[in-house]
Parts: sequence; C-alpha cells; structure tokens
Amino acid sequence: MTSTTLLDPTAELQPVERQLTPRLASLAGATVGLLDISKPRGREFLDEVESLLAEEGATVKRYSKPTFTRVAPTPLLQRISADCDAVVEALAD
Amino acid sequence: MAKRYALVVKKDCPTCELIAPLIPELAGALDGGLAVYVQDDPSFPGNCDAIDDGELAFSWRQEIEIVPTLLRGGEGDGSQFDERIMGWDRAEWREFTGIGRLGDSLPPHRPGCGSLTLAPGMPERLAARHRHFGARKIALASAEDDMESCFERGWTDGLPVVPPTPERVLRMLAGAGREADEIIGSIPPDQAPCSIEKLAINAVMAGCKPEYFPLVITAVEVALDDRFCMHGLLCTTYFSSPVVIVNGPAAQHVGMNSGVNALGQGNRANATIGRALQLIIRNVGGGKPGGIDRAAMGNPGKYTYCFAEDESDPDWPSLAMDRGFAREDSVVSLFAGEGLQAIVDQQSRTPESLAGSFAASLRTVAHYKLFGLCDAILVVSPEHRRVLREAGWTKETLREELYRLLRVPGQNLVRGAGGVAEGMPARLADRNLDKYRPDGLHIVSLGGRAGMFSAIIGGWVAAGERGSQLVSRKLEEASA
Repeated sequence: MTSTTLLDPTAELQPVERQLTPRLASLAGATVGLLDISKPRGREFLDEVESLLAEEGATVKRYSKPTFTRVAPTPLLQRISADCDAVVEALAD
Repeated sequence: MAKRYALVVKKDCPTCELIAPLIPELAGALDGGLAVYVQDDPSFPGNCDAIDDGELAFSWRQEIEIVPTLLRGGEGDGSQFDERIMGWDRAEWREFTGIGRLGDSLPPHRPGCGSLTLAPGMPERLAARHRHFGARKIALASAEDDMESCFERGWTDGLPVVPPTPERVLRMLAGAGREADEIIGSIPPDQAPCSIEKLAINAVMAGCKPEYFPLVITAVEVALDDRFCMHGLLCTTYFSSPVVIVNGPAAQHVGMNSGVNALGQGNRANATIGRALQLIIRNVGGGKPGGIDRAAMGNPGKYTYCFAEDESDPDWPSLAMDRGFAREDSVVSLFAGEGLQAIVDQQSRTPESLAGSFAASLRTVAHYKLFGLCDAILVVSPEHRRVLREAGWTKETLREELYRLLRVPGQNLVRGAGGVAEGMPARLADRNLDKYRPDGLHIVSLGGRAGMFSAIIGGWVAAGERGSQLVSRKLEEASA
C-alpha cells in the first residue's frame, strides 16, 4: 500500500504533527479518573495517587479493567471520557 | 549531447508504426541529430536507440498532445523545442526536415493519436508530480485510513470529506479560471489570508465538481464583503449561518435544484457548494463550534444551505433582479439565515387572503413582538405563485401588501404588552412599527409543482448595517 499525500486545508497555524490533548491548567475542581489495569499491587499504588490528587483539590473516580491482558472495553473508555477531565492509568506492577 | 530534433511516438499508434521505418533515414539526415522518445513500450520502434519516456516527463515538459510529434529547436539540455509538426502529412514532413523524397512509399496523410499525457486522469497526475503547491503536503502513514485521518485532524463538519489529494485539487483548480496563488481575502475569524488553492482544497473535501468551483469562489467573495458581517455571524449565539442563493444560467449549467425538495437533500451542487463555504470558514478561518462559533443551538443548515431559484416564470423577477442584476447574469447571494418555517395555506384563492397568511407567519420570525430586528426570506411555492399571478399580482404588489400588513401599533409590541415580557422598548409605544427594514424582506420562489406550502427563512437578529444584510455578487466573466 502506497502512502497518500493530502494538501492541508487549514491556514497552517498548527504543526503538521498531531498535537497532544491540551493539559489541565490546574487540578483544583477537576475530576480525575484512576484506571487500575488489574495488575498486582496496582490498587495500593493508586490509593497513594488518589490521596495526592485529593490534596490538590481534585475529585477522584476509580475504574478498573477486567484484565490487564486486553485493551479496555469500549463502554469503560466511554464512561471514563464522559465522567473525567483527565485519567491516570497505572501501567507498571 | 542534446539533439536539435526530437520525435515522440508510442507503439499503440498506427501512425507511429507507419512512420517508424523512416527513423533511421531521419536520424542520418537531420542536421543536429534526432532523439526518439517512446511513451509506452521502450522496445519500439526497434530500429534506433529510443529513450524510454514511460514517466512522460519529456512529453509533459514539451506539452505533447499528439503522437507522432516531431520537434525542432532543442539547443541545450532540457530546453523547450520551439517548432513542431504532428501526425503524418508527407508534404509537411518533407518541408520541415528538408528531405525531398521522405516517405515516398507512405500514404500522403494520416492523423496521429492522442499523447498518453492526455489520457484520462493523466494531466492531473503529471501536474501533481511536477507542480509546486502553496499548501503544505501531509504524508499519511501507510496504515492510516485517508478518510479517518481527515476526521482526526479536525478538518470535517462531522460528515466524511473527500480526501484532498494533489490530483483532486488540481482538477478543482482547473475549474477556477483564476490563478491558484491569488489571495482572495482574509477568512474570519482568524483573518487568515486565503488563496484560490486553499478554496480548491476545501471544495474538494466538500465534494464539489470543478464546474461548481466558480460559484464557491463567488460565495466566499460575498462572505468576505463587509456588509455581510461573516465574523459576527459566526460568533453569534443565534441560530443563523450563511444561506447561499444562486440565480441565473450558472445554476442551471451545474444542475442545481430549484424544484422538488430544493431546500432538502439529494442534489450534489446544492449540497456541496454550501458545504464548501462552511468548510472554508471552519478550516481556513478557524471558525469551529464551541470555539469562536458560539451558537446556542445552531441549525442543520450549518452543514450546508444552498439552493437555486425557480426562474421558469418570465414575469416573476428573480432575487438577483430585485438586487439590480439582469436575468442573464449569474449571481450568488448570501443571507444570514436560520432554519425553515413552514406556511400552510391550502384555502386561499385570492392574493389578499394569501398575503394575510404570509404576513401573520412572517410576523412570528424571531418573536411575534420583536420588530425591525431581523430580515427574512419569504420562499413562495409555484402553487402560491399561481394564485398571485391569476389575480394579476406581481412580486412588488405582494411585498407592498406584506409591509402594509406588517405595520403594527407599538403599544401592542412593547415589553409586557399582552402579558409577555419580551417586546420592544416602551418608548416606541406611540409609534407604528414595521416588522421588516425597508430592505429586509426578500422574496424568492422555488419548489415542486404540487403543494400549497410556502416557507420563511428567518434572518439573524442583527439585520442591516449593525449586523448582516443580504449581499449579491455576479460571477466573474472569466469563470462564468
């Protein structure tokens, strides 16, 4: 498959590379989701993160994936993006 | 070593096959040498050291239209040959080459074949390969879906767009009749300078055919007219957005719909010309919903809102004629309008009764007690037009009657009157107020032959010089 070239339809005020989603300016008043991917000791780690976030004034919501071996199911992703301003995903064990 | 003569041939051409045996004689006799270029099969003609022009670079540069073409005048590398003959005409070839008995055994005349540079789609492909674009090129990764990538880059209105490849943009530009790098103006809200090429890219994405492009360009020119107030219209919390009305022969030439379902879906020209304008404002101007576009609700016409007027009745002047243009002019008008409001009247057989229905409905635009704030377009159906015509009413008679009916004592309209807080300021209680500004009630006609329904396109609640007014512009002759 050969790659396609497109001509930029915009005023070219943004770089070509796709940009990161804008970061939160402050955690105060923000809702932050913590996604436990169900690896061992993930819960303890996220408990610590939760208390640190709460000190910054954030509301924390906890979520967990059924299994770390598979990508999160679409309904879970939709729920997190509807409920939260930001998400922290615990990857390491 | 550059040759002074060049011959361009292709195997799949009977005339090239016919003259191929002459090549050794030509190569020997022509002063300055002969280079032979083959477009399709480098093994052809087999009797000389032919140059493979399968990429068509030489043919493209020399603007070859017919094979065989014999060129003369190439003095240096990459130079343009300044003289040429095409096809086979024995007398012409003899004179051009100075070889007196050339092609004695051949018929005196055979037309050539089309050059591969002119095969369907090829001019755009070659131009895309050799042309410099003003817009930056974005190379998609091989696994990227081209349509999905347009969504992900924020280029669409929520519906799929046609990916703007260089070839498609070139085809669109061919419809412009204008230079690609011409700056048409600055598109609000970012006031970004916009070239014809940028318009073409967005017209491709909207799904336009190249023949629609002059209408798109004109629509953008109207949108940039200060009287139209595009910037304010985009920023408003109100429903309104540009409504594009096309009058004159251009509407018919591109097959616009002014009949059944003319304000609905299904006609490519109606749908894509209006959409192109919206995409240009979004992509070039940066006007996105929730960003600068602050519409509280918006309206479905913000995807596209474009139609032609039914001009089949010679006694009914078109909107463009009302604006001072001639019937034979092709004119694009923009109106800051909202969605459609129906007027049902299946009983009126006199124009007086019908005008009464129209006026009562027109009074409710924006609010039945707000007068002089917004303009409107009254869309008269063919059946209602017939009622007027049979009684000898012209469009002007109708308009005068509507203004008469829509002049209301201020005491009925002031805030609080009738138990409704909304309304006009109390200081206007002693005056008679007009619902519409003198230039604020426009009348067009369109629709299917059956249905005693007319309609209203209500305007922005900032009409006239303090906001937007209907602006019309004739298509430039070069692009008409």
